Amino acid sequence: MSIAIPALRTSAPLRIAAGIFLVGWLVVAAFPLFWIAALSFKVPLDAFSTNPLDVVLGPRTAAAHGGISVQSLLPLVGIIVAWAWQRRNDLTRRQKYIRIVATSFVTVLVLRAVVDAIGGPLTRPLFGITWEHYYEVWVGHAFYRQFINSAIVTAGVVCVSLTAGTLAGYALARTSTAFAFWLLIAALVFRALPHSVLLAGYLPTLINSQAILAPLWHWQATAWFFQLFTPEAPTLYGRILPVILVLVAINQPFTIWMLRSFFSSIPVELDEAAQVDGCTQLQAFRQVIMPVMWPGVITTGLFSFLLAYNDYLVTSLLLDQQSQTMVPAIAQFLNSENSAADQIQAIAAAVSITAPLFLLVMVFQRQIVSGLTAGAVKG
Amino acid sequence: MRGRVFLGFIAPSLVLMIIFIALPLVSVAWQSFHATQGVFEDVLVESCTPGFLTQTCVKEMQSRPVMQAGVAVTSTRFVGWDNYRQLLQPDAVADAFSPTGHGMSAVLNIDFYNALRFTLSFTLITLPFIVGLGLLLALAVDDIAHGLRGPVIFVTLLPYIITPVIGALAIRWLFVGDGVLTDAIRWITGHDVSMFAQGWTIELMMLFYRIWHIAPFAFVVFYAGLQTVNKDTIEASVIDGATRMERLRYVIIPHLMPLIVFVTMIHLMDSYRVFDEVVGFAAHAYRISLQWLTYSFLTPDQTGNRAVARASASAMLTMLGIVVLLLVPLRRTWRDHRGKS
Repeated sequence: MSIAIPALRTSAPLRIAAGIFLVGWLVVAAFPLFWIAALSFKVPLDAFSTNPLDVVLGPRTAAAHGGISVQSLLPLVGIIVAWAWQRRNDLTRRQKYIRIVATSFVTVLVLRAVVDAIGGPLTRPLFGITWEHYYEVWVGHAFYRQFINSAIVTAGVVCVSLTAGTLAGYALARTSTAFAFWLLIAALVFRALPHSVLLAGYLPTLINSQAILAPLWHWQATAWFFQLFTPEAPTLYGRILPVILVLVAINQPFTIWMLRSFFSSIPVELDEAAQVDGCTQLQAFRQVIMPVMWPGVITTGLFSFLLAYNDYLVTSLLLDQQSQTMVPAIAQFLNSENSAADQIQAIAAAVSITAPLFLLVMVFQRQIVSGLTAGAVKG
Repeated sequence: MRGRVFLGFIAPSLVLMIIFIALPLVSVAWQSFHATQGVFEDVLVESCTPGFLTQTCVKEMQSRPVMQAGVAVTSTRFVGWDNYRQLLQPDAVADAFSPTGHGMSAVLNIDFYNALRFTLSFTLITLPFIVGLGLLLALAVDDIAHGLRGPVIFVTLLPYIITPVIGALAIRWLFVGDGVLTDAIRWITGHDVSMFAQGWTIELMMLFYRIWHIAPFAFVVFYAGLQTVNKDTIEASVIDGATRMERLRYVIIPHLMPLIVFVTMIHLMDSYRVFDEVVGFAAHAYRISLQWLTYSFLTPDQTGNRAVARASASAMLTMLGIVVLLLVPLRRTWRDHRGKS
């Protein structure tokens, strides 16, 4: 695109220095995560070995539980080779998939024959792997319960927050009154508010909610309605629903700001055209604006997801044992961190929490980057 | 958009924010000036023990909680600034600075000042590192082959996206008694360094964690900004004989300035809220933050009581801090807004 100017090209020493710096950063960025992942698959003797190579390769784990050999990695190699080879051709998507399947099949067969011919060291496990800690965490400690709670909280927060947020973000992007301005400023201040400040308000109210809400259940005009749900006023402490609403409200200032900046980038002429054609504002929003807004909604949803999924402060205070989510529940493993096996279980739980986030970045990298810059570039 | 329609659109968010943000703030302010205590009554109790010839009876006044339907009755009364006084301990501070006092170190033994000191220095120390590291990463990534950028950005995003408590734990596990980096330090220096036995090493790790966690955010923002640098300006500066450093200083940094301000603002807000690090590194015996202080008042103690009143007072003080922190940028926004209309 741009014309190459010799002076713009980076000099070799600078280029090498930048490369070393970048590689150094990548190691620092990935190492803690790689390390806990490696630890979580090893028996304690390997995991706490003083030789780091033992932790990665796990010889004792391999002896006791087996592991991954070169042979068992062959399908993966086959798929990578086939995919890399097919990338070059410009085929239709369907042809491409057929070719990838066919090529990987052939590659695996060929490699398999080679490996079998050599035999010996290639069929022996290279990395020791054991799933016992994960089994203990998910089955033994019933971590799936916390996983379900986390899933409910996260899904609830994303849905409620996006529904309320798109409406408000759209309205604020299409209005420039002083009221709208002050609303946005108030949202900015709320965004800066430390969450513990609000918790000091929620906690007594939720614990005493039965006494506070009782009049609604006894006053005749409203009693019939509320008694449809429960015969008596509920205690809201330890319930998931109030936690969802609390997290939505805490996150709403941020959601509104982000969605507003996405809506602002959609030309207002689009609304006007729809309204000339006889749409009401709500119809224009639903049938014309929303279809082109999906990238922005997905991006904002990702950040709502992260907030709800990563929260420790709110969930650890407002939920009880039965309704606990994954992140605060990890404390239960930390407290019993007496034996080496307990400690690796805590690590396995931590890796279990991180794995979905890892997948999230893999799939939505582009949206996350666009979300991080949305507020900054458009102001 | 007409006023009525506008209200209809923002109503759901507005209602949520009023119920779950504005009202709790009002109730926190109210709680911070009140104290709730169990009601006790004095009862004359006669207790007798069998003795020779006659029983020995003792009458004494006992104080016991008033119960109603099996629940202890509580009363709430206005206590003025008492909750704040318990938190700020003005007498102890005055003592510390009197000629016989121990000065600053005595003040920092009081929880609130300890938390305030840590929160502020944490915020201010991490800031230049995050902006600097983010900028360096953006410049370095901007210079490598296009095919490599995707994977590099992927790995860089990992520390940012990870659950903060888990990220802190991951780094803590590297340094615990038998962690791999503890072994490495021992091997390099020949000394046993236990990273969790004293405050300053824990604080160092918390600072490191926060930089590791937030620098990717600064990187992404700056990297996006670099893509919009005007190529003509750069070429013109090259023709005028500007060196690489000069180009950076007079063209690129001024172009990124609004983004640097943005990252600084977000970072001030977020690191003032520092909390997850204290949990992840189990640092509360040595270092606490303002959010953690409120949190610890809200967690039940051994008797199951939560110090809600004191938590409210500390919440109010925390909020005062963020308002002071935001006052300058908000005043600028206000002036810009008035200038525009």
